[in-house]
Amino acid sequence: MKSAHLLSAEDLSKDDALKLLATAKELATITDGPNKKLPTLRGKTVVNLFFEDSTRTRISFETAAKRLSADVINFSAKGSSVSKGESLKDTAQTLQAMGADAVVIRHGSSGAAQRLADSKWIQATVINAGDGTHEHPTQALLDAFTIKQHLRANESDLSGLKVLIVGDILHSRVARSNVILLNKLGARVTLVAPPTLLPVGVEKWPVEISYDLDKELPQCDVVMMLRIQQERMADSFFPTEREYSRGYGLNSYRLAQLQKSAIVMHPGPMNRGLEISADSADDVKSVIIDQVKNGVAIRMAVLYQLLGGAPIGARND
Amino acid sequence: MIKLSNAKLVDGSLVNVEIDQGVIKSIVKSSGKDKVEGIDGSGKILMPGLVDLHTHLREPGREDSETVLTGSQSAVNGGYTAISAMANTNPVADTAGVVEQIFRLGKSAGICDVYPIGAVTKGLNGDQLAEIGAMAESIARVRIFSDDGNCVADPLIMRRALEYVKTYDGIIAQHAQEPKLTINAQMNEGIVSARIGLKGWPAVAEEAIIARDILLTDHVQSRLHICHVTTAGGVELIRWAKQRGIAVTAEVTPHHLLLTDDLVENYDPIYKVNPPLRTERDVMALRQGLAEGVIDIVATDHAPHSAELKDCEWQSAAFGMLGLESALSVVIKTMVETKLMTWEDLSARMSIRPAQIAGYENQGRQIIEGAPANLILVDPNASWTVNRDNLKSKSRNTPFHQMQLPGVISDVIYSGNLVMKSGKLTVVNAELND
Repeated sequence: MKSAHLLSAEDLSKDDALKLLATAKELATITDGPNKKLPTLRGKTVVNLFFEDSTRTRISFETAAKRLSADVINFSAKGSSVSKGESLKDTAQTLQAMGADAVVIRHGSSGAAQRLADSKWIQATVINAGDGTHEHPTQALLDAFTIKQHLRANESDLSGLKVLIVGDILHSRVARSNVILLNKLGARVTLVAPPTLLPVGVEKWPVEISYDLDKELPQCDVVMMLRIQQERMADSFFPTEREYSRGYGLNSYRLAQLQKSAIVMHPGPMNRGLEISADSADDVKSVIIDQVKNGVAIRMAVLYQLLGGAPIGARND
Repeated sequence: MIKLSNAKLVDGSLVNVEIDQGVIKSIVKSSGKDKVEGIDGSGKILMPGLVDLHTHLREPGREDSETVLTGSQSAVNGGYTAISAMANTNPVADTAGVVEQIFRLGKSAGICDVYPIGAVTKGLNGDQLAEIGAMAESIARVRIFSDDGNCVADPLIMRRALEYVKTYDGIIAQHAQEPKLTINAQMNEGIVSARIGLKGWPAVAEEAIIARDILLTDHVQSRLHICHVTTAGGVELIRWAKQRGIAVTAEVTPHHLLLTDDLVENYDPIYKVNPPLRTERDVMALRQGLAEGVIDIVATDHAPHSAELKDCEWQSAAFGMLGLESALSVVIKTMVETKLMTWEDLSARMSIRPAQIAGYENQGRQIIEGAPANLILVDPNASWTVNRDNLKSKSRNTPFHQMQLPGVISDVIYSGNLVMKSGKLTVVNAELND
């Protein structure tokens, strides 16, 4: 990888991304065995610096780091000095002083991960675990891994696949990272959303845009449903939850329109009954649980690559 | 008595000048190679001191980032002999007491004119007029009123303000920003904001207010000044208004003439400013508008901020950039070197016209016998490299750090006194700092 950090899916070339997917696959095989732990990052310290609550992403990174034998420190903004007005700079310098080798940062401000990496506040490797409405690159990697696992297991990339990303594109870091990465891997992406939830400027993205989910469903290979935040309601992005659900929710009728081989994805946490019905989430087409599982393997691969761990073969026995 | 030899005026003529008792005592033609008496003006341009109608001095309230004194020093270093202190201090300049305090601080600094701008509404709250009459009749004689930083968004309050200032021949300087369209806005809304995930500040939020206020100004026959125009659409609206004979004037900042929103890409808050940096297309329209005179003047929107307000993540950072010390050079680079304007045009946009708009009678005057001696001498062929550590401002938030810019100011004469000599400020009244 050209960069010492993982801040954006743009940091990855196609080869970098494919290599990470291959490494993740290998790591997944090993950790599926009885001894899940590898010694590769022994002595390294990984800090999970979470300014926003995200239990899923944090425990995914934590599990990944621990399986590679790294020491993990969880630094949550709630109840810490950060909530008493400490700046990002001071927090970073504190972590630097404590000898963090990698900082996994989740922050409500777009660009916070990049600021951390660009500033001279800290020398550690920075991994973006979601910054505001910007990016969430490890989510895109785990999504690509999951798609490949199900639909392109024996091919080199994702060429020829059509992926729908449905819902709140405007505020979605998952969508931004996925658009970048899936394009690099050869997939064609169509964004489906009401115009209020598409950013001005989206016309320059390498995607197709549609306002009509029903029209798109029969031709796609992957449908990725995004979470609708409750607060969007109050801001008049759409009239009511029900109207949104009728236009853009995945339900059993729509599920039946999909090709037989198509898969259903969701980055979680889901609003069952809003953007995805319970039966769709639990359908055989749904790979949502695989996404969660693959998240650990992908994050192991990212930590392994960025922190320059010892060869994977060396087992801890 | 100050003598100045062989300087070139903006019309190209060469002169020798004598200054005494605060005025130009004599001005005679020079061959360009006359024996030098006093200051050697050879190869340099002599023009009236620059006049800024949009300066944030931070005193009272944030003296850690700028004071009236350090702001004045910064102004002189940038060739300004008059600046206008925006009202958004703490306390807000919304009473005769506060504007008189700022006026007196300017007098005691004594190196350039400091004219306070009064708030339009109490505490910049947007819904109750400030004591405009008391400020106008105070010793500060306030003529420009602005809630800058905030928009006077309520159309009825804006209408009343436009009407009310007519008594005092005042002018409302509007910060055009429709608040509902810019809640939590961080940068220009467009291709860059979509990609990097920052909340957009759309051009239409500026243009909607400009259009509304032009129509209100026409309706009540008052005077409107649009602060820091940033969009191509804004230029079009002002052009339309001027064609209809509506009394609207407008300013553009140096940074909006040079910088574009793609600089925001790496989230460095040094580029965070309100209104935001726009696109290349907007920059070109602003330059064209300024060249044509649709945009009347350049104003700095000099906005000092202490280090911690910029050394942080983008969303937590303050809006604003320094401007006084680089303004002339940025305008030379963007407008004169590109042949869009002559030096005469530059002198009009940065000195003569702003003084007319504000009614600063001793400023922006023709260089003739008997005129007040507020003058600067500029070497147009020299260049300098901006270093944020060497600025006279108390703050360092310049977006031009390490940029090489044309035009070096060597001497500044304020009210007949040499306040900058050979590139150095002559009056160092540091004791006034406290």
